[in-house]
Order: sequence, then structure tokens, then C-alpha cells
Amino acid sequence: MTGAARSKSRWGIDGRLVLLLGPALVLVAALFVYPFLYGVGVSLTPAQGREGIFSSYAAFFGDARERASIWNTLRIAIPVTLANLLVAVPLAYRMRRPLKGQRPISAVFVVPMTLGVVLVAQGMLTFFGPAGWFNKTLMAVGLVEEPLRLVHNYVGVLISLFIAEFPVVFLLLLGYASGIDPNLERAGRMLGAGAWQRFRRITLPLMMPGIAIAAALSFVATFAVFPSAVLVGEPAGSTRVIALAAWQAAYERFDYSMGSAIAITMAAIELAVVAAILFGRSRLYRGPSTGGKG
Amino acid sequence: MGERRRSISGGFSAWLIYATVALFVVLVGGVFLSVFLNSFASSWFGGWLPDGFTGKWYVFAVDEFGLGNVLLVTLIVALSVTGISLVVGVPAAYALARRDFRGKGLVLGLLVLPLLVPPITYGIPLATMLYEYQLAGTIFGVILANLAPALPFVVLIMTPFIEQIDPNLERAARMMGAPTLKVFTRVLLPLAVPGILAAGLLVLVRTVAMFELTFLTAGANTQTLVVALYYAAFSAGIRPGQSIDAMAVIYMATTLILLIAALRFVNPVNMVMRVKE
Repeated sequence: MTGAARSKSRWGIDGRLVLLLGPALVLVAALFVYPFLYGVGVSLTPAQGREGIFSSYAAFFGDARERASIWNTLRIAIPVTLANLLVAVPLAYRMRRPLKGQRPISAVFVVPMTLGVVLVAQGMLTFFGPAGWFNKTLMAVGLVEEPLRLVHNYVGVLISLFIAEFPVVFLLLLGYASGIDPNLERAGRMLGAGAWQRFRRITLPLMMPGIAIAAALSFVATFAVFPSAVLVGEPAGSTRVIALAAWQAAYERFDYSMGSAIAITMAAIELAVVAAILFGRSRLYRGPSTGGKG
Repeated sequence: MGERRRSISGGFSAWLIYATVALFVVLVGGVFLSVFLNSFASSWFGGWLPDGFTGKWYVFAVDEFGLGNVLLVTLIVALSVTGISLVVGVPAAYALARRDFRGKGLVLGLLVLPLLVPPITYGIPLATMLYEYQLAGTIFGVILANLAPALPFVVLIMTPFIEQIDPNLERAARMMGAPTLKVFTRVLLPLAVPGILAAGLLVLVRTVAMFELTFLTAGANTQTLVVALYYAAFSAGIRPGQSIDAMAVIYMATTLILLIAALRFVNPVNMVMRVKE
């Protein structure tokens, strides 16, 4: 706290600040903090037939089918996040320099954001289905004999999430990559660094904070997967994700305690992964990426 | 010279990008075109193209799914959420941009959390809570639930935007005797209009697309387009697939219009997160 701030009051809080910030904080407290704590409370209140405050958690972790939903979710969220980064990092790296058709290319990656989960799911069922254009083309070319099974299974969810999340990751990384001063690379070249060395030693480290944020956002979105796991996945089996498990407990079995316990577990796992990513980021280079003196 | 030409037009790496873009276009375009063609198909059994074309599924979707009501609900919810989150969020963003106070980190953390935590984790208890106050199933309940992530989103987008407005302008206005309210309405708001428009449109798009919270809190008559669409797709088989596709196309047209409007005000790069230049 600076001296200037302290001169208003000891904490830098006065009536005007409360007036400006108060309504927003009250709403967030009522609509997010309170429900979240309420959920924690419900999860610790044993449902009928169970005893002990952690019984709902014990019931969740004790049931192999329920427990498997954690693994099912991670098995989707981690590969999709990695695939997003693997494709988006090189693209964003190249597009930080002028490229013909920059605007239409950006547009191509933005438009899928409008499609919506259900349209993508419906389209995938047709396009990637056994009689869809994708399999038809593969068979016409002679690449496969039998149609590939790409929907109503694990692969279907991977594809649909990739389509949904790639634009976000790409745009975010493009923002970071284009914020890097090209003079840094020019300096590297002048000092004799090759293209790979410049990428590995200059640009990649400077992009790392952006990559960490993109990875966190992509993980957050894919870990919460729900509609696509039902519509293009195999919701009774390999893509019974944790969000679906929570929903089923609360609204199909009306076991709110268990539903809340699963939801809280889900939040805890997700926040732990995000914290790990952001902690890793905090250990990376954090200086300016805009070069020395301007 | 040669170096400069290469960096603008091409080289191997540029072709790699064009190839990736082409692949993405073929796959996503194929997915979209499948839905689009099918929504006009009289029937489509295994051929490369539908067996015939008709517009009747759009009429069917409007009648069968009560599309008029669904669109109205979507509009009311999206506009209310946008309006409320701007009115409450912009002053909060102003406070965070201009003031330093004890506990600011805590406040920021409190605002980031709803955007980070999966909506279903607080959506389930929130829905239970709304049931207790008999607000679940009402349009008011749906609006409240959607405010939970929308408001923090507005605050976090607007804070860096207001930070970059020169505080000297406000100081000058104040020195010339303008009262606080006038400084706000005559100096700050006009300068913040581009940011407010951008934030507003983004919240509008996000609210139209928000599935989980609306799904958990909506009743039969208060479904937004995305939730109605999910129920239609989930119970596929009861109704012809083409009518679901017709509705999906209507959904996409709605969000596309919003997105095009948004892109007029925002650089796509900043759609996701404002990056400090």
C-alpha cells in the first residue's frame, strides 16, 4: 500500500469505493460464493442411508464406476489441450510475421466459435458418421475398407472439443506472439543463431506465459465438458465425464449430497491443475517481451 | 530485399499454414455443410447429397419447438444479463483501475474464480438455492444464474481498458469544477464507449452460448435457444433429425450475427483476453 492510498484511510477504502465496488461484490457473493459454500455444506450433509460428514465423498470414491468419471474426463481434457497447443503454437509463431491472407485466416478460426456445441455435434454425426462424407471420401480414395467409427465414442468427443476450443487457444497465442518485438529475433540472427535456435531460445520462452494461460483456459473448458460427451460420445461408458456424473447424481437420483460432493471434487481437481500450470508459469521468464529501450 | 519478400509472401512455413487452414476448413466446413444441407433435405439416406430439398423443417421447427418463445426468452435473458452486468460491472472496473486499497488482490481473485471454476460445480447448488426461493424455472432465475460468470467477465475486460484512459483528463475536468457524476458521464463514459460496446457484445455472445447454467435453472417455458437445442438433440429419434438441424442453423445464424457485430468493435485477438501491448 502506497503512502498516497493510505492518506485516504488506513486501508484505502472510503465511501465512494464501496459505492463503486459494492454492488458487484454483493452479486458475486450471492450468486457464486454463497452457492459454492452452500454446495460444500450440502456435500458434507450425509444423504439417507449414509453416515459421517465425508460419506458422500467416500461413496463417490468408493464406487469404481463413479470414480472412473475422473479418469474419463482427464483422458479427454489433457489430450485435447495438448493437441490444441501443438497445432496452435507453430501457427501463431509463423503468423506473428506478416502473411498473405492474415485476416481471412483469423476469420476461419473465429467463425467456429459461433457454431455451438449442438450444431457441431449434429454435424459430426452426419459428416463423420459411417455414411458421412468423411468416411465416403476415405473409402472412395481407398484408404479404408470399412467406415471408421468416429462418433458415439471417445474419438468423437476429442474431435468436437478440438473444433470448439482450438479457435480460443489460437487467438490467445496469436495475441502473445504478435506482442513479441521482432528486433529480439533480428538481434539473435545477427549474433549467428539459426532459425531453430531463435525459436527455441528467444521466441518460445517469451511465448511461454501465453502458452501457460492458453493451456489453463483450454483445460478449464474441456474439463467441464458435458453436452458433447452426451451427444457425440458414449455417455454410458468411456465418456461418462465427471460433470455428467454430478448431474446424474443430483437430477436423476436426486442425491444432492452426492451431486454436490462430485461437483466440489471436480472444482478441486480442476483448480489444482490450473494452479500447477500457473505455478509453472510463475517460474518462467517474466520480463518484458517488447525489447530493450523503445 | 529477398529476405523481406520471403517474409511477406511465403516460404515453406507459409504453405504449411495454408495447408493447416485448408484442412480445418474442409473438416469444420464439412461438419457445418452436413447440418446445413440436411436442414433442407426431404430425406438423406446414404447418398453423397440429400434425395430432395424442402424448406418445411424450418416451419416444423418454429411450430414444434415453440421457436418464437425460445427466441424471445433468449433475447430477454441475453439483453438483461448484458445490461445488468455492464451497469454493475463498469463502476467496479473503474474502482479497480483507479484505486489502490487493501484486499484488492482478494477482490480480483474473487472475480477470476467464477470464470475458472466449471459452471456446473456452482450451478447445481445455485439451482437448488433458486428452487428454495422459488426462482428456478423463472426467467428471473435464469438471468441471475447467468450473471454469475457474466459480471466478473465484464469487470475483468473493462479494468485494463479503463486503466489505459489518461487519468489527467478526469483530473482536468474536476479542476474545472465538474462534479463527480458529470466527470463520469461527460468524460469517462464517452472515452470508455468502445470498451463498453466490446464487453457488452462479448457478454451477449457468451450468454447466448452459455449451456450449463441455463440448463440447470431453466423451466419448460424459460429455455434459451442453446438449451432447447440440446433437449431436441438429446431426444433425437422422437423428432426428425432435419428439424433439429434447422434449429441448429438458426442458432448459428443468431450467434454469427452477434459475432460479426462484435468483430466490428474488437480485434479477434482481444476476443479471448486483452493482451497488454
